[in-house]
Amino acid sequence: MSTTKPARTAPGELPPAGPPADLLDERLIAQQGLSGWLRSEGLRLRTGDIGSLPVIIGLVIIWVIFAVLNPAFVSAQNLVNLAIQLVPIGTLALGIVFVLLLGQIDLSAGSVAGVAAAVVAVTFVNMGFPLVLAILAAILSGSLIGLVYGLVFNRFGVPSFIITLAGLLAFLGVQLLVLGNEGTVNVPFNSPLVQFANGTFLPPVVSYVLVVLAAVAVLLSGMQLNRRRASADLSTVPLAVVVVRALFLAAILAAATFVLSQDRGVPLMFVLFVVVIAIMDLTIKRTRWGRDIMAVGGNVEAARRAGINVKAVYLSVFVTCSTFAALGGVLLAARLAAANQSTGTGDVNLNAIAAAVIGGTSLFGGRGSAYSALLGIVVIQSISNGLDLLNLDSSIRFIITGLVTLLAVIIDSTTRRRRAQAGRA
Amino acid sequence: MTATSPPPVLSMTGVSKRFGAVQALSNVDFQVRAGEVVALVGDNGAGKSTLIKAIAGVNLPDAGQIYFNGEQVHIGSPAQAQRLGIATVHQDLALCDNLDVVMNLFLGSEITRGPLLDEVSMEKESWRLLRELSAKIPSVRIAVASLSGGQRQTVAIARALLGEPQVVMLDEPTAALGVAQTEEVLGLIGRLRERNLAVVVISHNMANVMAVADRVVVLRLGRNNGEYLVADTSVEEIVGAITGAVVHAAPDVPPAEASH
Repeated sequence: MSTTKPARTAPGELPPAGPPADLLDERLIAQQGLSGWLRSEGLRLRTGDIGSLPVIIGLVIIWVIFAVLNPAFVSAQNLVNLAIQLVPIGTLALGIVFVLLLGQIDLSAGSVAGVAAAVVAVTFVNMGFPLVLAILAAILSGSLIGLVYGLVFNRFGVPSFIITLAGLLAFLGVQLLVLGNEGTVNVPFNSPLVQFANGTFLPPVVSYVLVVLAAVAVLLSGMQLNRRRASADLSTVPLAVVVVRALFLAAILAAATFVLSQDRGVPLMFVLFVVVIAIMDLTIKRTRWGRDIMAVGGNVEAARRAGINVKAVYLSVFVTCSTFAALGGVLLAARLAAANQSTGTGDVNLNAIAAAVIGGTSLFGGRGSAYSALLGIVVIQSISNGLDLLNLDSSIRFIITGLVTLLAVIIDSTTRRRRAQAGRA
Repeated sequence: MTATSPPPVLSMTGVSKRFGAVQALSNVDFQVRAGEVVALVGDNGAGKSTLIKAIAGVNLPDAGQIYFNGEQVHIGSPAQAQRLGIATVHQDLALCDNLDVVMNLFLGSEITRGPLLDEVSMEKESWRLLRELSAKIPSVRIAVASLSGGQRQTVAIARALLGEPQVVMLDEPTAALGVAQTEEVLGLIGRLRERNLAVVVISHNMANVMAVADRVVVLRLGRNNGEYLVADTSVEEIVGAITGAVVHAAPDVPPAEASH
């Protein structure tokens, strides 16, 4: 069904019948049909191209442990809390993914978030700005910081590690300066900002409609890709696989919706976070800018010789990272209904980096995806939330989060070796 | 020599280049025609790379003229060389290991469809190009890291051909390759000639030079030291010119020194 042969009108250098153009090489171990697809996926995993599998397994283990220790962990109420809690730092992690893809790092995302939280609270509450303007000011301050990082990086070639370490301190100072003497600015609980982060949930009907729409979108885009590939005389994914993928996605999303709807419902903020992640994933994988980022992260010199404006890529990525950090800061202020001197400090920054790495974005550049921010932050926040429920001290929480991050980096390094041995990048 | 049938695509006369106290090239003449493979040989430091870099726009020569399709041109940057139709495959290939073959081929010149990349068209075009070169690449959707040295060289050459160049320069294309892979790349160079491209190959390997080139240009200590048609010469003769056992003293050497 999937190997329909269209009328060939191309200048005929190809034989008129036979396998698709990309499966002609006799050395290629061609896998066709559903079982062939499953076999090649199995091989992909064994040879170190494991993608997000270890995170998902790790996440299941973590959830089982916490559920056994305290059943309240998997209650609908706690899962709704978890879905809300993870968004602000998850947004920081999404920005971090971009710099990691370049093989760079941003240690200052937490401070930038703190500055943005302070800016939004001070302009909105103390200075009476309209909310939209206050949010815009906060996010733009983040973009500006990223611009400075990018310019310094390009002009002086200082390692991003050092630039952002300096930024970590300097912008902590800016945060204190903006907050002024009181050190805390409370955002009214009934303001739309706080309501958005804490009290806005989708009615179950809307959630289920979104689930169906997402599954249909995956199904249709998969079928359209197959159509285009078939008409270009390239191999196609078996239709069964496309359908199973869409159904699998629908099942997971519907299950999550069902559980969360037992309590208050699916938080709007969480839905938007997932949508932004999906858009960023598309941006990284399917746009010129995203391809440029992957190329620079893989081999700067090759990217430069290919005519890519490497400096522009660095600059845009530092701006992107700090802008997401600022957005995360606004959400932190929204969720806590306040901006204070400790917003964005402590483990916020390292949790964001840890989330990106745990989710499967390599520290070595050129490998990773936007979804690693989502997966990683679910792991980090589950640990944090679960340990809170067990009334464990934050000392234990720090130690465990540290160990999990170390584990993620070890997996990153070992799979990198295994990929190299098996001939996968 | 200029009397032979087609006019040269690229020709250089009296090219000199100096790095500090070193005269890397002095008064070098060089030309290549469409459908011709010219091997540029010489010992280390003979000026091969300097000459290639002058053509590729990486280093500007201090003196001399460059003609492209009969018109005098100034090649001031690599981008300018590419726009003229001169493609260079450097020795270190410059591929992104983390990207697949299609991504590497189209890097920097991707086909887009609205705001998104048109992966289907790029993949189709990749196969067309690789088939034309009879390239042995099992799949274009595997990362370049997993390809053999010869396959990587093939990808780099195919990448150079995407811009529809008239001149292709290959710097040591077989230096790091095994026997079979060398054979593969030499075959590929032959197919570039069949496509009526002007091909310049730098190589130290005389067997490869004799196998693939039509003409051999020898440089020694920054000067022309002989030019041979592969059909009427021997390895010994070329090696003699490289080492200086045979000296083809260019008659116009002494005044060039005085002019600086």
